[in-house]
Amino acid sequence: MYSRAYKAAVGIPPLAWVAGFLLLPYALLFAYSFWQVGAQQVIHRWNLGNYRELFDNPMYLEVLFRSMKIAGAVTAFALLLGYPLAYYLSFRSRRKELLYQLVIVPLWVSYLVRAYSWKTILGSDGVLNTLLQYVHVVRHPVESLLYSPFAVVLTLTHIYTPFAFLPIYASLEHIPRRLVEASEDLGATPARTFLRVILPLSLPGVLAGATFAFVLSLGDFLAPLLLGGPSGIMISNVVVSLFGAAYNWPLGAAISLSMLVLVVVLLSIVQRAERKLSFG
Amino acid sequence: MTVRLRTERPNDSQSRWLPTYAAAVFAFLYLPIVVLIVYSFNGQSVGGFPPRDLTTHWYRVLASDDAMWDSVVNSLEVALAAVALALAFGLPAALALDRVKFPGKQLFRRLVLLPLILPGIITGLSLLMLFVAAGMKLSLLTITLGHGTALISVATTELFAGLQALDRAQEEASLDLGANYWQTFWRVTLPNLRLSIVGAALLIFTLSIDEIAVSFFLIGRSNTLPLEIWSRLRRGMTPEINAVSTLIFGFSLITILVWYRLRVRGRVVAEEIA
Amino acid sequence: MALPVAQPVASDLKRSAISSGASASPLLEIRSVTKRFGSTPVLSGISLDVAEGEFLTILGASGSGKTTLLRLVAGFEQPDAGEIHMAGQRLDTLPPYRRRVNTVFQQYALFPHLSVFENVAYGLRVQNAARAEIPGRVTDALAMVKMSEYASRAPAQLSGGQQQRVALARALVNRPQLLLLDEPLSALDAALRREMQMELKSLQREVGIAFLFVTHDQEEAMALSDRIALLRSGHLEQVATPREIYQHPATAYTAQFIGQTNLLRAEVKHGMARVGVLAWPCASGDGRATFSLRPESIQLAATARDGLPALSGDTARFTATVRRQVFGGATDLLELDCSGLTLLARVPSRGNLEGAWEFEFAAAAAVRVKEEGSRE
Repeated sequence: MYSRAYKAAVGIPPLAWVAGFLLLPYALLFAYSFWQVGAQQVIHRWNLGNYRELFDNPMYLEVLFRSMKIAGAVTAFALLLGYPLAYYLSFRSRRKELLYQLVIVPLWVSYLVRAYSWKTILGSDGVLNTLLQYVHVVRHPVESLLYSPFAVVLTLTHIYTPFAFLPIYASLEHIPRRLVEASEDLGATPARTFLRVILPLSLPGVLAGATFAFVLSLGDFLAPLLLGGPSGIMISNVVVSLFGAAYNWPLGAAISLSMLVLVVVLLSIVQRAERKLSFG
Repeated sequence: MTVRLRTERPNDSQSRWLPTYAAAVFAFLYLPIVVLIVYSFNGQSVGGFPPRDLTTHWYRVLASDDAMWDSVVNSLEVALAAVALALAFGLPAALALDRVKFPGKQLFRRLVLLPLILPGIITGLSLLMLFVAAGMKLSLLTITLGHGTALISVATTELFAGLQALDRAQEEASLDLGANYWQTFWRVTLPNLRLSIVGAALLIFTLSIDEIAVSFFLIGRSNTLPLEIWSRLRRGMTPEINAVSTLIFGFSLITILVWYRLRVRGRVVAEEIA
Repeated sequence: MALPVAQPVASDLKRSAISSGASASPLLEIRSVTKRFGSTPVLSGISLDVAEGEFLTILGASGSGKTTLLRLVAGFEQPDAGEIHMAGQRLDTLPPYRRRVNTVFQQYALFPHLSVFENVAYGLRVQNAARAEIPGRVTDALAMVKMSEYASRAPAQLSGGQQQRVALARALVNRPQLLLLDEPLSALDAALRREMQMELKSLQREVGIAFLFVTHDQEEAMALSDRIALLRSGHLEQVATPREIYQHPATAYTAQFIGQTNLLRAEVKHGMARVGVLAWPCASGDGRATFSLRPESIQLAATARDGLPALSGDTARFTATVRRQVFGGATDLLELDCSGLTLLARVPSRGNLEGAWEFEFAAAAAVRVKEEGSRE
C-alpha cells in the first residue's frame, strides 16, 4: 500500500544513522582491537596480541569473573525486590498508577548523586554505622561496608531494581484477571494460582528484567569507581583506565568488543528463551 | 482498557506480608534520596550522622556558582538537541519497523535497539573512535551526537508502541477520502501519536540530562551538569552537590506530574460516555 | 422519508451519478482479478460488474475473500492478476486517494481528534474543495443521516449506531461514484441493525449512488440488495437477485448458505426422481442428481389419505413422523423422519403435531443444484 517514495523517506534516515553511528563505530572498535600501541601512538599493525593478552593475563579474567559475579548478585536481588513489588502493584494495590510513578521517580534523580548518597550512608560515620552502633549490634563502625564489592552490589541493586521492575510489571499487567478467577474457581489457593498461572505467564517479563539488570550492571563503571575500592573494580573500570591514564586504546577496544559480543550472544539466547516461554 | 475486577479476599497472612515487603522496597528505593535532601541542609560540610546545623547556606552558594549554572545551560542545550535528533530519526525508524517490509528487517531492529541495553561505555567508546577518525574535536556537539545516537533507540521503542496502538483503518480512511500519504501523515498519524511523542520527548530529555557513561568519553572543554558534578566529587563532596541534586529531583518530580496530568486528561477526553 | 433540507443533496448526488457515464455499460468492472497472500490464493479469477445506482452485496462466510475484494476496489490492495475498471477507465493502477470511491469501514474509523463536523469535512478539505461550500455540504450530509445536532461532538461521545451514520456522511459528502461498505452493521445489536438496514436502503435509493456492500449475514443481503454475489473460498458461486438466488440456487452450497433447505440426493430414471420413499416427476436427464427443497415448500397434505405415497399431478406426497417441533412465532419448524430420511418442513403454527402425518410438496419446488464431487 505504501508508495516507494514513502518507503524511501521512512527507511533511509534511520538506515543512514545506523550505518554511520552504529555500524561504522563498531567497525572501528573491531579494527582497533587488532592493533597495537607503542610510543604514545597507535600502531596499525594487525595482530591478535590484545586477545592473547586477555586470555593469558589472569588479571583480566579475574576482573571479568568478579564483574559477572557482581552482576549476577545484582540481578538476583533486583528480581527479589522487583518482582514482589510488581506483583503487589499489579494485583493487590488500589492506587497502582500512582505507585508506578513513584517507582519511576528515583530514576530521575542523577545516578551519580544517588551513588554518592550511598557513600554517605555506608561510610564509617554514616547513617548505617551510626544506626548499628546505636542499637548496639556493633561497638565500632564497620569499615568494610564501604569500598567493597558489597557496596557495589548494594548500590547497583538500588539503581537497577526499577529496571527489573518495569518489564515484570508490564507482563503482569498483561495477564487477564479472568484467568486468576478461573483458577480460583477450579479450586486453587492464591499460592497455587500464583505458581501455576501467574508466574509462568510473567516469565517473559522476568527474563527481560533480568537481562536488563545483568547487562547494565556488568558494564557499569561509576559505582565501582565511587564505592568499590580496589577489591571492587569491575571490567568497565579497566576499559576506562585503558582509554585514560593507562593509554592503550587497542587493548581497551579488545575488551569492549568482547563485551559487545558477549551481550549480543546473551541477547540472542534470551530472545530464543523468551519465544519458548511466551504464550502468545 | 483494563477492567478492574475487584474480588473480595479474606485477609489471609499472605496479603499482610506483601504490602509490608512492598513498603520496604519503596523505602530502600527512596533512602538515598531522603538522605540527599536532608544533607543538602547540613551545616557541616562533611558527612556524619545525624546532620547538624540545618541551613540553607548551600543553596545560596549554589545560586552564585557560575560554573555550575554554565553546565546546567550546557546540559539543557544538549538535551533539547538530543530530543530533536532522537525524534527526527526515531519516528521514521518506528514507521519503517511498523509498516514496511524490507530485507534484513530483523537485523535492523536488533541494531536500533542495541544502544538501549549495551553498557553506555561501549557506545561512548565507539563514537569516540569515530570522531577521532573523522578528526572532530570533542565538544558539546560530539556529546549531542552521542546522546542522540544512544537515545534514538528510546524514541523508536516509544513511538513504535504508539504506532502499534494506532488504528490502521483511520489512515486507510484518510487515503480513501482523498488525502495522499503526506497529508495523511500530518492530519491523522501525527495527531494520534501526540501522546507517544510527548512521552518519548520527556523521557529522552530526562535521560540526556542525567547521561554520564557516553558523555564521559565525548567531553570537550564544556561540561554537562553530571560531568561538572563528577569533577567536583573527585575533589571532595560538598552539600552544594546535594543542593543541586535536590533541585533536579524537584524539577523532575514536577515534570513527571505534569506529564501524568496530560495523560490522564487525554484519556478522560477520549473515554467520554458514549 | 428525507427531510426537505436533504433533498438538494440527494438529487445532486443522483445527477452526478447518472451523468457520469452511459446508463447501459456497467459502472464498475472487475475483470478476472486474482489476489494471493503469500502462496495462498484469496481470490481466484473474479469477474463481476456493478451497474450504476445498483445495490450489490458481496455475501460470503469469513475467509471467503469478500473483504479483500472490497479493499481491491478501494485501493488498499493490488491485484496479482486481472484489472478493475470504473466508468470506462482503469482503476486498479490508481492510489486510493485518486479513486472516486469512498469506504464505510467496519469499525467506522472516525478520527478521534476531530469533531463530527471536521470528520465529515475531512475529504472536502484535503481535496481543496471551495472553502465557502464546505459548511453547507457538511451540514447537508449530516442532515441526510440525521446527525445534525451532533456536529460539534467528539466521536468518542457517540454510540455505535451514531458513529456509523457519521461514517456514512463522511463518505457520501464527497459525492463518490461508488460507495463501499465493509460489514458496517455487524457491530450493532439486532434491533438497531434492522433499523439501520432500512435506513441504508432508503438512503441508497435517495442518493442513487451504487453501493457495494459486504456481509456474511444472508438475511441482511436478501433484505437490502438489488443483486447478491455469493463468494466462496475466493470464487463466485452465484450472482443473481435475492429472489432468484433463493428460489433457483445454482449449487448445493448456495442453497444451504442462503436460507434453509433440504438437500435431496436422488436418482433420476424415466422422468422420475427418487430418494428413499420420495418420488416426484423430474424433467432432467437420467442419473444421479441433487435437489434443493425449501422447508416452506413442504406442507401438510390437504386431506389426509391412508396408504403409500401417491402422486397427484405435480405434487409429491409422503408420510412422515414428526420428530421435533420448534415453535417460531408465525411458523413452526418440523423435523420429519420419512422412513429414515430426515427432512425439515416449515408450516404455519398450529398446536402439537406429534405422530405421523401426510405431507406434500410441488415437484417444481425441488430445484436441481450442482454439487461438488458428484458426477454431473
